[in-house]
Amino acid sequence: MIQLNNVTKQYPGCADPALGDISLEIEQGEFVFLVGPSGAGKSTLIKLIFREQLPTGGRMYFNQRNVTALKQKELLEHRRKIGMVFQDFRLLKQKTVFENVAFALEVLGRPPKEIKEKVPEALDKVGLLDKARSFPDKLSGGEQQRVGVARAIVKDPLVILADEPTGNLDRDNSRQLMDLFETINQGGTTIIIATHAWEIVDRMKKRVIALDGGRMIRDEQRGGYCHEH
Amino acid sequence: MNINSFRYCMRQSVVSLRRNLWLAVVTAGIIAISLSILGGFLLLAVNADQMIRNIESNVEIGVFLEDGASIEDTRQKLDRHPGIHNYTFVSKEEGLRDFSRSLGDRVLLVGMEGENNPLPDLFRVRANEAEEVPSIAAEISAYPGVELVDYGEELVGRLLNITGWINTLFLVISILLALGAILLIITTIRLSVLARQDEVGIMKYLGASNWFIRFPFLLEGMTMGWTGTLAAAAALAAVYYRLASSLQQEALTFFIQPVTDTTRLLPIFVGLLLLGTLMGGFGSFISVRKFLRV
Repeated sequence: MIQLNNVTKQYPGCADPALGDISLEIEQGEFVFLVGPSGAGKSTLIKLIFREQLPTGGRMYFNQRNVTALKQKELLEHRRKIGMVFQDFRLLKQKTVFENVAFALEVLGRPPKEIKEKVPEALDKVGLLDKARSFPDKLSGGEQQRVGVARAIVKDPLVILADEPTGNLDRDNSRQLMDLFETINQGGTTIIIATHAWEIVDRMKKRVIALDGGRMIRDEQRGGYCHEH
Repeated sequence: MNINSFRYCMRQSVVSLRRNLWLAVVTAGIIAISLSILGGFLLLAVNADQMIRNIESNVEIGVFLEDGASIEDTRQKLDRHPGIHNYTFVSKEEGLRDFSRSLGDRVLLVGMEGENNPLPDLFRVRANEAEEVPSIAAEISAYPGVELVDYGEELVGRLLNITGWINTLFLVISILLALGAILLIITTIRLSVLARQDEVGIMKYLGASNWFIRFPFLLEGMTMGWTGTLAAAAALAAVYYRLASSLQQEALTFFIQPVTDTTRLLPIFVGLLLLGTLMGGFGSFISVRKFLRV
C-alpha cells in the first residue's frame, strides 16, 4: 500500500539528510510504530507520506500511485485518504466537540445529512458521544486527543498517521489511546504512529521501524522499542 | 466546489464579518465614499453631455451675407440642402429694427438707416441633427456671398473644456480613494486570515482544497465591496432624485434639465455595484495570495 524506494529528504542548508536512502513497504491493515530519538527522521517520514513535503530523491507510492508526481487535484484525493493525529491535538477552541469532528467532513463538502449520521458514529467509537456539545477546553488531554482521533476516522481514511499522539498524555490516557488505535486497526485501517513511548511499543508488539540520523536501522515484525527490550 | 462547500464558505464569511464588524463597516464606508464620488462624477458627465447636446441642437447657424450678395442664390442653396430643417431670413433693415428695439433707445441709431445700415443680411438656419451643425456651418461658409458663419462653437467648446477638467479631477480623486479602499480591504482580510490561522492550518490536513480555504475570504471582501457600493448607490440615488426634482420644479431653461431617463442612469448604478464587488474581490484576492499560505 505504501512503498518507499530509496527515498531521501535533504533540507536546504543542512549538511546531513533528514532521511537517507529509505526503502520500505507497509501493507493495508498494518499497525506500525516509527521509533527513534529526536531528529531521527520520524516526523519527516510522516510528512512525506502525507505529501506535505516532497522527497529530494527516490520514489514513493501510495496504492500503486507515484506520490511525488501528483497533480493538485490528485494531491487532495491522496490527503483525503489519510487521517492525521497530532501531538498537540489541534482542535479548534471555538468549536464544540461535535463541530470539530464535523469540520473534517465540511471541508470535503459532504452533505449535512451525512455529517449528522457520521459524526455521532465516530464520537461513539472513541467513547465521547456524551461530550459532543462540550468545548475542547472543558475536556482532559486524553479526551481531547480522542476527539482528534474521531476527527481523523470520521472520513473513513485508509491510513491514520499519528505524530507523537501520546506526547502530551499520561500513562493511562496513552494506554487508552493505543487501545483505541488497535480497535480502529482491527477494522482494517492502517495505523502508522511515530512515538517515543517505549513502554507502549514494547507492550503492543507491533511492527517497529527504527530510524536514527535519517537512516533506517531496524524493521521488525512484532518488535520492541530497542533491541535489548 | 459543490453546494455544501459553497454554503459552508458563505457561513464562514458571515462569521468572519461579524468578528471584525467595525473594521468591515469602516472598509465598506471608504468604498462607499470613493464610489459615491465616482458615481457623482459619472452622473455629472451624463448631465453635462446632455446639456451640451441640448445647447447644440438649439444652436442656430447664423449666416451673414456680404454686402450686395444675392439673397436669392443663398436661399435656393439652403432650400436644396438635405441637412437643413428650416431657416428664417432677417434682412438688414429688420436686423436694425430688432437691434434698436433691444436697445430701447432709437436715438443712438439715427442715421444708420438705408445706405448707412452697418448690419449684414442674415439667415438663421436650423439643422435636422445637432451633430451636423459644425459640418453644415462649414459647407455654408463656402457659399459665394457668405461673409461669416457663426453657431456658438465657442460656448460649446468652453463647456466641453470645463466639464473635461471637472471629469479629470473627479476621476483622479476616485482612483486615489479606490486605491485607499483596496489597501484597507487587504488589511481587513489579512486580520481575518490571522484570526483564522489555526483553522486554515487544520483545513489543509483535512484535505481541503486551496479554493475552499480561500473562498470565504474572497466572499468576505466582496461583501464589503458590495455593501459599500450599495450604500453609495442608495445615497447617490436619493441625492440625485431630490436635486433632479427640484431642478424640474424650478422650470429652468430646458437645456439644464437633469437626465431622468433610467436607461441612461441604470448602467451607472449597475456599473458601480460591479466595480465595488470587484474592488472587494480584488483586495481580498491580493491579501489571500500574500498572507495565506495554503
